[in-house]
This record gives sequence, C-alpha cells and structure tokens, in this order.
Amino acid sequence: MIVLIPLAAVVVKATEASFWHAVTSPRALAALELSVGASLVVAAVNAVAGTLIAWVLVRDRFAGRGVVNALVDLPFALPTIVAGLTLLALYRDVAYTRWAILLALLFVTLPFVVRSVQPVLIELDPEMEEAAASLGATSAQSFRRIVLPNLWPAIVSGAALAFARAVGEFGSVVLISGNIPRKTEVAPVFIFGQIESDAVASAAAISVVLLAISLIVLVAIRRLDT
Amino acid sequence: MRATTRAARSRRWGNRPGGDSPGRLVLRFAALGYLGALLLAPVGLVFYRTFEHGLGAVWDSVTTPAAISAFWLTVEVAVIAVVLNTVFGVIAALTLARGRFRGKWLLDALIDLPFAVSPVVIGLALVLVYGRDGWIELPFEVIFSLPGIVLATIFVSLPFVVREVTPVLREIGDEQEQAAATLGASGWQTFWRITLPAIRWGVTYGVVLSTARAIGEFGAVSVVSGKVAGETMTLTLLVEQRFTNYDLAGAYAASALLAVIAFATLLVMTRVRPR
Repeated sequence: MIVLIPLAAVVVKATEASFWHAVTSPRALAALELSVGASLVVAAVNAVAGTLIAWVLVRDRFAGRGVVNALVDLPFALPTIVAGLTLLALYRDVAYTRWAILLALLFVTLPFVVRSVQPVLIELDPEMEEAAASLGATSAQSFRRIVLPNLWPAIVSGAALAFARAVGEFGSVVLISGNIPRKTEVAPVFIFGQIESDAVASAAAISVVLLAISLIVLVAIRRLDT
Repeated sequence: MRATTRAARSRRWGNRPGGDSPGRLVLRFAALGYLGALLLAPVGLVFYRTFEHGLGAVWDSVTTPAAISAFWLTVEVAVIAVVLNTVFGVIAALTLARGRFRGKWLLDALIDLPFAVSPVVIGLALVLVYGRDGWIELPFEVIFSLPGIVLATIFVSLPFVVREVTPVLREIGDEQEQAAATLGASGWQTFWRITLPAIRWGVTYGVVLSTARAIGEFGAVSVVSGKVAGETMTLTLLVEQRFTNYDLAGAYAASALLAVIAFATLLVMTRVRPR
C-alpha cells in the first residue's frame, strides 16, 4: 500500500493535464530519448564489461582478487551524489556532455551484470569446456559455443536491471551532465525541474512514461527467470 | 557436498598449467583497467583532493553546525527507516515464503517496484499524496519535514530485507517449524527460537544493504525535503548544496565522509554475504 497509493496518485495526476501534450513537448521528448538511448548503450556496455569482469573474478587467479570482488559492490554502497561528484573531479574534460552521462550511468550500474553472471559461472562445470578443448576447439570457440549460451540468460537479466536503473538515475547524473535542455537533460532531471517550477502535472506525465518502462522491464525479467 | 566439489574445482582451475597465458592476462588487465578507470581513480582523487589541505580543514568542514545537523538527521532517518523496513521485510518475506493466497505473484512482483522506479518519481508520488491538497491529509506536516524524508527513505530501501530473507526461508523449508508446533510451541516461540535464528544472516545482509541505501538516498529525498539548512538537510543534500554554492572543498569533505561510510558498509557486506 505504501508503494501503490503514491504511484497511483502519479498516474491520476498525469491524466489531469493533457498527457500527450506534456509528453510530446520537444524538451520532454528529447529528455526521454536521451534517457532511453543512453540506458540502452549502458546496458550493452555492461553486458560486455560485466561478463568480462565476472569471468576474470571467477576463472582467473591473481593477488587481490578478493578486494576487487568486494570493490565491484562499491557503486551500490556509495551515495549516487558522491558518485557524480567523484566522476566530475576526475573527468572534468567531458563534464556537461553526453559522454559524462554515459560515464555516470556506467558507474552506478556496474554491479548488475557482474553479480548476475558470477553465480552462474561458478556453477558452470569446466568439464564441458575441457571436453571441447580436447576435441580441438580453441578457447574462443569454446567460449562462444559453450560458455556464452549458458551465461546468456544471466547476462540479459543483469543488463535489463542495469537498463531500468539507468533510465531512472538522478543523483549521479545531476551534477555532471550540466542539464542543458534538449542536449544533456535526462528524463529524471527534467521531471525534477518541472516539480521545482510547479509544473506538477507535466512532471507526472513524464513519470508515467518512466513507470511504464520500469514495469515492462520488471515483467520481462520475471518472464526470463521462469 | 556441493561446496567441497566447488572448492576442488577451483583448485584445479587455479593450478592449471599455463594458467597465466597471454590471453588470460589481456582479459585480466582489461577488466582491472575498466574497474580502475571507472571506480578507483575517481574515488581516490576525491580522497586526495579532500585531504590535500590537511586534516584540520576537513575536520572544520565536517564539524560546522550545518554539517553536524545534517549528519544526525541522516542517522536518525536511516535508523527509523531501517528498523521499520526490517520488521516489514521479515513479515513480508514470511508471507511470501509461507503464505498461500490469491494475488501472491502480484505482491511478489510489486515488492521489486521501488528498485525499478526512478527516485525522482518516488519523490513526486509522495508529494502528490501527502503534500498540499494531497490525497491524504495528516494533522502534521509531512512534505518538507522529517516524516517526508523518512517516508521517501523507507520507499527506496523497502525491498532489500524481503529480497534477502525470502530465498533463505524457502531454502530452509518449514519442517523444523512444524516440529516445534507439534511439540506445543506457540507461533511466537517458534518464530523466536526456530525461524529467526535460521534467517539471521539473511536479515543482517538485508539490513546492511538498506542502511547503505538509506544513508545515500538523494533523488527522492531531494524532492520532498525542502532543503532547510539545519532542519531538513541530509548529508547527501549537503554535498549538492555545497557544490552548487562553489564550496568545492566542503563538498569533497562531506563526500569523503559518506564514502568512508560506504567503505565500512562494503566491509560488513563482504563479511556477512550469504554464500
């Protein structure tokens, strides 16, 4: 109830004003496009980088592996506003560009794919790969034919979670993106601005679009799991 | 059983001749390089910037009245939210793992919703319900004061305990609980003596995760707080305020404080992570 009533209030509020008018205003459209586009890129990069990191953590042996394993969770433990400030301190040159948005989103979504792939990789029996190797397969072949198909569901569900998180991300982006309307303003920042300037109905309309996206992703992940 | 085969397996992999082949090294350095550039270098730089003018300046900056009040407000909000979330989380987990009722799948799906919804949307939702002309009128002020901040924090950290405890409950089954009931234990006795000890690590892990999120929440709190210095300013809001007021050193100092809390959380997480 504590969850449903407030979210219902957003939906009701969104219908008060002209929903389509609010959602299709050039500034809102640009913000939504940027959010969804950047999040798709972030999900794709995470699918590759997250799988790589998980593989290195499970199959590789090197000093300090335990520390690296713990560090992967840092983006979940570090407040998002601190994450944004942190990235801004080092990557001054890209601040207030779309690259900065990608950077912030990659930072906060890093653990998702790693943490969904890792347990599957641990359970995966290396004997299949050994069999493939003994039959003359190169390691690239055995990765593509044997490891990847087994990891695929975990990669996709991790990437989907990263996507959902990235679409709604606010704290890490707000400082570094510069929030230039129609250029570097993502949807959550746009909603925040609308609330501050008392355009609550318009804020609610864009929120409904984000809510719909998160619901679709949640349902899709649930389908994938079963 | 499973654990021993896994250990044996990892030993075999570790001792494999030629374990440090060039390909493996390339992958290792690619992964570590990515982590270093994205995580370690920026966080390290913030610590460096924080302490480059000495400890005294940092100490002064985190002990201003505004910073101290922000710190205690953050602690107060986190404690209330985490306690309520833990109680709710255990009850919800018991309902999900043990109960049989219609619409259970719906509850199961809805509990994850706060993870998927943007914090800003959560803030807006709370303003619409509890704010001026909202759906629910309470005798005290909610939005732009403490209850609003607490509600926002509860909302965003709601699923952690449930998500950690439910699988543990499913795993252990209810045979011990049934045995206790057969021997004449009341529901409460069974819960305190059998169920709670069995799920305590799951609960602990969920509490750690909720605490981290509660302390670090920014988006939802930012919408409902009103940001009155000394009254409704949490630590994360203070970071942003100092940054926008060009007090970069102050923002770094408050960030470093939050980062230290985050590292402490990380340490506890690795200690109690359920395997």
